[in-house]
Amino acid sequence: MVPSGSQTVGPYFRIGLEHLVEKGPANESALETIKIHGKVLDRDGAPVSDAMLEFWGADSSGAYSDAVSHSNGHPVGFHRVATELDGSFSLTLNKPGPTPLGDGRFQAPHMLVLVFARGLLRHLITRVYFDQYPANTVDPVLLEIPAERRHTLTASPDASDPRVYEWNILLQGDNETVFFAW
Amino acid sequence: MPLVLQPETLTERTGPVFGHQLIRKNDNDLTAQHEGEALGERIFVHGRVRDEDGRPVRGALVEVWQANAAGRYRHKVDRHDAPLDPNFSGAGRLLTDDEGRYFFKTIKPGPYPWGNHYNAWRPAHIHFSLFGAGILSRLVTQMYFPGDPLQPLDPIFNSIPDQGARQRLVSNLDMERSQPDYALAYAFDIVLRGSHDTPFEGAAKR
Repeated sequence: MVPSGSQTVGPYFRIGLEHLVEKGPANESALETIKIHGKVLDRDGAPVSDAMLEFWGADSSGAYSDAVSHSNGHPVGFHRVATELDGSFSLTLNKPGPTPLGDGRFQAPHMLVLVFARGLLRHLITRVYFDQYPANTVDPVLLEIPAERRHTLTASPDASDPRVYEWNILLQGDNETVFFAW
Repeated sequence: MPLVLQPETLTERTGPVFGHQLIRKNDNDLTAQHEGEALGERIFVHGRVRDEDGRPVRGALVEVWQANAAGRYRHKVDRHDAPLDPNFSGAGRLLTDDEGRYFFKTIKPGPYPWGNHYNAWRPAHIHFSLFGAGILSRLVTQMYFPGDPLQPLDPIFNSIPDQGARQRLVSNLDMERSQPDYALAYAFDIVLRGSHDTPFEGAAKR
């Protein structure tokens, strides 16, 4: 069967999608949590004030969970955030572990990220990695990406707090974030 | 910039699983979420969610949002000079059943002006957001109503270049599921990307 066509999320998505937007840290357990913050920017650095991001990733052991969080009922490993007027977003999550590739190799810790915004007919798909992992240099997906663009998928740890990462998403322009074919 | 070939690792072949605890009473009845009944033409909307192999997508989270009967969203950005209805929030959600079916009750949304170009009006529509089995099956779309003369004029409807694909976003009047003397029904089937995959059975396949 032919998949249904995608349509823009529009400017009013918060009406229907807000219930899953995270209001604060969803600390599932005593596991180490990290914070990712950044901005969604359009060409020329203009903030995208009505974007929605969805993050999907493994737990700290590298496993993808089918469980739901006891604290808020959200699926474990799934996070939805919306940008503010200045394009900024922030979320707290359990640090994902390296995930097995099935052939003895591992993927470096990462989250898959979906980007929805008014101007997009369909969402964009990207990934975020974490800057300090040596595993990034052998990650099979990162290695598929032209070397000069890999940095767009890498969140940088804060100098004062290594648990805080900054990652900006650039929808267009010279430093456009790598998006995957859909 | 060119898109990079989509990786197909376990990350892409898995996805969030939503539980019933996210669904509250009346989440699938948008006319009954307040003290009084929402104003407008009461309708039922139902359909099946299937994957590309035609198999039902069970337990899919379906989130919907829409304007009220006057064409106004309950959202601070919506400045359209049309009345809000205190008894209508315009948001609903549900999980599909074992046959991939969904059902909700709402009021028919009104068309509204949106300033994209001179005298631009959106045809009546309901926004849909769905999660299937695996994050790549994620879909956000809009459901339209049959016979709406605004559809050919709407750049968002026409952003889908293929006519057949556009028409699949138009629901069908369903007299069989309508309730005489109460409400008409519209049927809207959805096909999500991906084939039948049981992402959590068997560990890392690749």
